[in-house]
Amino acid sequence: MISGYFWIDVILKVVFVLVAMILMALVAIYAELKVMAHMQNRIGPYYAGGRWGWAQPLADAVKFIQKEDLVPAGADAVIFKSAPYIVVAATVATYVVIPFSPNLIARDLDLGVFYLLAISSLTTLGVLMAGWASANKYSLMGGLRAGAQLIAYELPLVLTVVAVVVQAGTMSLVGIVEAQAAPIEIGGLSISLPFLLKGQIVGFIIFLVASIAELSRIPFDMPIAESELTMGYLTEYSSLRFTMFFLGEYAAMISMSAVAATLFLGGYWFPFVPESALIYIGPLILIAKIAGLVFLMLWLRSTWPRLREDQLQDMAWRWLIPVSLANILVVAFFKVVVF
Amino acid sequence: MTQHQQDKSIRFPFTGLWKGMWFTFKYLFKPVPTVMYPQVQEIPVPRARGVIALDPEACTVCMLCARECPDWCIYIEGHKEEQPPSKPGGRARKRNELDLFEIDYSLCMYCGICVEVCPFDALFWSPDYEYSSYDVADLIHGKTRLKDWLKTVPEPPALEPQE
Repeated sequence: MISGYFWIDVILKVVFVLVAMILMALVAIYAELKVMAHMQNRIGPYYAGGRWGWAQPLADAVKFIQKEDLVPAGADAVIFKSAPYIVVAATVATYVVIPFSPNLIARDLDLGVFYLLAISSLTTLGVLMAGWASANKYSLMGGLRAGAQLIAYELPLVLTVVAVVVQAGTMSLVGIVEAQAAPIEIGGLSISLPFLLKGQIVGFIIFLVASIAELSRIPFDMPIAESELTMGYLTEYSSLRFTMFFLGEYAAMISMSAVAATLFLGGYWFPFVPESALIYIGPLILIAKIAGLVFLMLWLRSTWPRLREDQLQDMAWRWLIPVSLANILVVAFFKVVVF
Repeated sequence: MTQHQQDKSIRFPFTGLWKGMWFTFKYLFKPVPTVMYPQVQEIPVPRARGVIALDPEACTVCMLCARECPDWCIYIEGHKEEQPPSKPGGRARKRNELDLFEIDYSLCMYCGICVEVCPFDALFWSPDYEYSSYDVADLIHGKTRLKDWLKTVPEPPALEPQE
């Protein structure tokens, strides 16, 4: 069965995803530098690259890479060194099931959503490994905080996705997009709506909050809270490994946005775009939706202050999980009774 | 009902969050007040605290500025010199001559206490600010350099009219 073409196919896909991921992460870093700067009444990068500082993320990456790659004397070297690879690999693996157009998808798994949630939880493992193996109190505290935070927010994340799966009736991401594209009858009008407008607003908000917490970005960046923990689990990392964590964070931001866009905003589908055109402009539609969500994350980052650790846990366990459970009930009720 | 309680009663949940979001969003489209310094030069306000100028003739080496300086960034050396008597038959006086007066601008925090404390009006604020250098040692301004800054000192403000 497995011919030479299979391996060429696999290698091409992996290279394409890696290049696309790094490019999009660099664009996200640049967007963050610029958007945050202007929101804080600054200019931000200006000279690098000659115009608008477009080369700043590249310059940063080169600067990080040419630093000395240090491993602390007391660190568990093997685990310390392998942690960033696990984080990046888990992030890259999420791209496997994200559909960029009806055809442009690495593998349309029947259990796509399940795979996605399982694989994105792997980053927690990488972060815990980094924190534990660094032999540094700040790293350990950061790693433990990250573990507690990711466990607390994984639950509402999964529960809101369950509601989407219930409404779509499938776990395949292509199936979920098609379920959103399918027209429904409202008052004699036949229109198609994304799940966000089909009563998933609460779920979408919870998903966004939980995914920002999963990414441990401001306002949920307790694991790397600079003022308390230096840099949390990243404290001892330098050079290429730090760059990998750094790029991985932004790539994860994009993949999380892609998941949110696919589950709630209709993915590559857009109203009034004919089915045949979706194959070509579907990726652009999805990227535009991702860009919107990434902008939202940058906006939140430059506006809101960091939560306290107990407030964070309080919010997850006392509010988001009960509300997302109620959300499942309501969605299931409407699915069974109304539609 | 106090002001504080009134404010609490009309609070809607999360209003602060949305207010903040709207605030940063507005700033995203506002022009940035940054002046791109080497290409564009900002003209400082006349009383800006840019650099401290010294009038060596007025200085009497009283050391008050050096003593009051919180950073100890002023170095003064002087010696006494015999002055011929001003009237014939008078007593010869001694006078302090200023040998060295240095301000280390790498330490100076621009508090202006030296200017305030100088009893002989030998120190002045000047709005000039272009004296950065590639060498820390160049930030120690000696007597002649401090005297040069005198040219950039603005005229003192007019006295208030007496009634």
